Amino acid sequence: MSHAVSTDIHAPSSGTNYLNNGYGLRSWLLTKDHKRIAILYLISVSVFFFIGGIMAMLIRLELLTPEGDLLQADTYNRVFSMHGISMVFFFLIPSIPAILGNFLVPLMIGAKDLAFPRINLLSWYLYIFGGAFTLWAMIHGGVDTGWTFYTPLSTHYAQGQVMMAALGVFIAGFSSILTGLNFIVTIHRMRAPGMTWFRLPLFIWSNYATSLIMLLGTPVVAVTILMVAAERALHLGLFDPRLGGDPVLFQHLFWFYSHPAVYIMVLPAMGVVSELIAAFSRKPVFGYKIVALASIAIAVLGFLVWGHHMFVSGQSIYASTVFSLLTMLVAIPSAVKVFNWTATLYEGSVSWDTPMLYALGFIGLFTIGGLTGVMIGTLGIDVHLHDTYFIVAHFHYVMVGGTIMAYLGGLHYWWPKITGRKYRPFWAKISAMLVFVGFNLTFFPQFLLGYMGMPRRYWSYAPEFQVLNVLSTAGASILAIGYLLPAIYFTWSMRYGEKAEDNPWGAVGLEWQTSSPPPTFNFHETPIVTHDAYDYHHQRPTIAAKGEASLG
Amino acid sequence: MRSELQFFPDAASSLAGQVDALYLVWAAVSVFFSLLIAVLLVFFFVKYRRPTDDSHVNDIGLEERAAPLLEIGWSVIPLIICLVMFVWGTRVFFDIYRPPSDAQEYFAVGKQWMWKFQHPEGVREINDLHVPVGQAIKVTMTSEDVIHSLYVPAFRTKQDAVPGRYTTLWFKATKPGTYHLFCAEYCGTEHSRMIGQVIAMAPRDYEQWLGGSPAGKTPVASGAQLFDTFACNTCHRDAKDPRPARAPQLAGLYGRDVTFADGGTAKADDTYLRESILNPGAKLVAGWQPIMPTFQGQVSEEQLAALLAYIKSLEGPKSAQASAGGNGAAADRGTL
Repeated sequence: MSHAVSTDIHAPSSGTNYLNNGYGLRSWLLTKDHKRIAILYLISVSVFFFIGGIMAMLIRLELLTPEGDLLQADTYNRVFSMHGISMVFFFLIPSIPAILGNFLVPLMIGAKDLAFPRINLLSWYLYIFGGAFTLWAMIHGGVDTGWTFYTPLSTHYAQGQVMMAALGVFIAGFSSILTGLNFIVTIHRMRAPGMTWFRLPLFIWSNYATSLIMLLGTPVVAVTILMVAAERALHLGLFDPRLGGDPVLFQHLFWFYSHPAVYIMVLPAMGVVSELIAAFSRKPVFGYKIVALASIAIAVLGFLVWGHHMFVSGQSIYASTVFSLLTMLVAIPSAVKVFNWTATLYEGSVSWDTPMLYALGFIGLFTIGGLTGVMIGTLGIDVHLHDTYFIVAHFHYVMVGGTIMAYLGGLHYWWPKITGRKYRPFWAKISAMLVFVGFNLTFFPQFLLGYMGMPRRYWSYAPEFQVLNVLSTAGASILAIGYLLPAIYFTWSMRYGEKAEDNPWGAVGLEWQTSSPPPTFNFHETPIVTHDAYDYHHQRPTIAAKGEASLG
Repeated sequence: MRSELQFFPDAASSLAGQVDALYLVWAAVSVFFSLLIAVLLVFFFVKYRRPTDDSHVNDIGLEERAAPLLEIGWSVIPLIICLVMFVWGTRVFFDIYRPPSDAQEYFAVGKQWMWKFQHPEGVREINDLHVPVGQAIKVTMTSEDVIHSLYVPAFRTKQDAVPGRYTTLWFKATKPGTYHLFCAEYCGTEHSRMIGQVIAMAPRDYEQWLGGSPAGKTPVASGAQLFDTFACNTCHRDAKDPRPARAPQLAGLYGRDVTFADGGTAKADDTYLRESILNPGAKLVAGWQPIMPTFQGQVSEEQLAALLAYIKSLEGPKSAQASAGGNGAAADRGTL
């Protein structure tokens, strides 16, 4: 990728930028600037991360002892349900695409904004409305269905505000759909001159693949929620066997979206990691094309494996066999990515800055999450492990160890660009270490608990499971500190942080060729791209880059 | 048995060893690849550390020419491993879900928040299940309300109990002992209290235990009585009855193929019989009038199970026609 033009695109950061061209509430709430909308998402998504995190701490505290003593059983069930709903639908799914994607997609392809700036703002409002419904439901008693809303529990037996929470998820779904649509059109139509498909940064490829899933998958969960509503309100027999429905049909529909949704969470994370690995090794990502196409392969194959959530549901054993085989296949493009990232470091110029620590943490944890994923995709093992803590550990390795590590890594990498300020690398490294150690201590014991047979969603449990649960709770407290630290030093940096250079990491990539923070329309002059992405060899960064040495 | 510090579950069924072997091999493969990646990452991270205070870019690097070869290597090797494990895992899975023909039939109903079991001899239990060691046991189950899941970690097996249909699970206990029985599918407030025990006993102890329990009627006997109570025999008449039949013969029906008025066919299994009692109009047997009333809401899950046990016990003539069309009323076809 390139700096392209020899004219001065390194405008002094002191000029007008997207942050200082308006200060009123109106200038934020009615903004059409993708960068400001990204900030709006950053704030609102962080609120849900905080809520989900509080719920997680309540879960871990309850599970410190085998007896159900801290919370009532019913409260505990509502707490884990709201943990799942907040984290999945209002944190993980929007996190990387709606914050980092929104900020970076136009910058990385050399565009002035997304294709539909008003729709982009509408997406945020839909997210906020959906979130408001869900928050209302939480405050008015919450739901005890689990984030999976399985029927007939959710349609006839559950207590609490099931319909309000589901309506919140339904509305927020449209936010996803519109964001996906916006990204696809933008990537197709608004690339700068010379920015061919195979010069696109891998973050763009993975957001493109993610957008396909958002656009094609999310309507299915919307329809499913409408069906649940129709059954609850109109007694239409869709899922209730007494009305002639089939409860397992719900699971098919739900996982047809919710499995690909896992890739909505993980693909953008993979894109972030590709950026980090390239920038902090100063090398092109090894096998760029394969890594780019692997994202598309994962998005497509991801639609064909939903039945692996249903191996013990009573679904035909032959259907299970096919789903198991396809699950093995979807593992391959992920494995290729892991090996390619590793190979990228070989003979690189490897920096030890914080974002790189997160990237390496991601690769390690995602590898464990992925390998345990193919383990439970193996039929003979899944029967024993299904609905146990092994599953809980597995998907937290993928979503927390994967997505959140990449999200934090990306936030540290692009923070100087987003805010124009530097954070304190010392605290950032401490936090990265705490997150890594805390995460493993929280979730690794859960693999062992799962194989021992501890079912998930248990409020009280057999005494022999206690030792591992105590370890897990201890890990969770470390993890909580690891997550709180960035909230503190990032906030601190916005006011007191030193001003950041335009390209503090010495990275190639169009986003680093404009000022920090960027001007409202991103570039003073439309860039012309003459090189491949990550072409460090031909484009030695012109800025004397000292990594975080310059950040301190 | 279970101590405070234990990191691997008891293994007490004929299939537990197979599942453990599969798991341990996968775990070993996973540890190997995780370590491989971790070691390479740390090694490269240290070895190729960027010189400080430098806008340093290395000229060399892994040649892109090497990429296709390496990439084929690291896609094909994992693929082969995955496929081998898939085949092995699927074989174990088929063993887990295909009960041997000599299995004893037990019946289970899940409801919020308890498990109800019935032995073939008629003994009923709640949350506890006594079984003889060395005997294959097949549990046919359903649910009265939401989805539950019967899970015995020591046997490495689990099956959802789904309202409105039957599912089955089988095991053969190999070691006498008391094992956890859990509900694994989240089912509402008291989900974590929907637990019990499987008590595996030496066959002689089991016989003794059975003898000391209030026997009750066998499922077949109570099914026969229900058949009378609900007056099923008014229409489903005995083959020897001289009067013209009004409904299909049930003797020998179980396990046969049945042809429907709309031309479809199905095997007369538990699910089919269940549906025919609760929703007789859904699959009308070819050649018969849709005169049977629904029994939805009138029979409990236990009564349904007893009726099914009774119907299964009715031996029929070996040559019975699949359609069971007794009066040859071909003109009635398609009346639904």
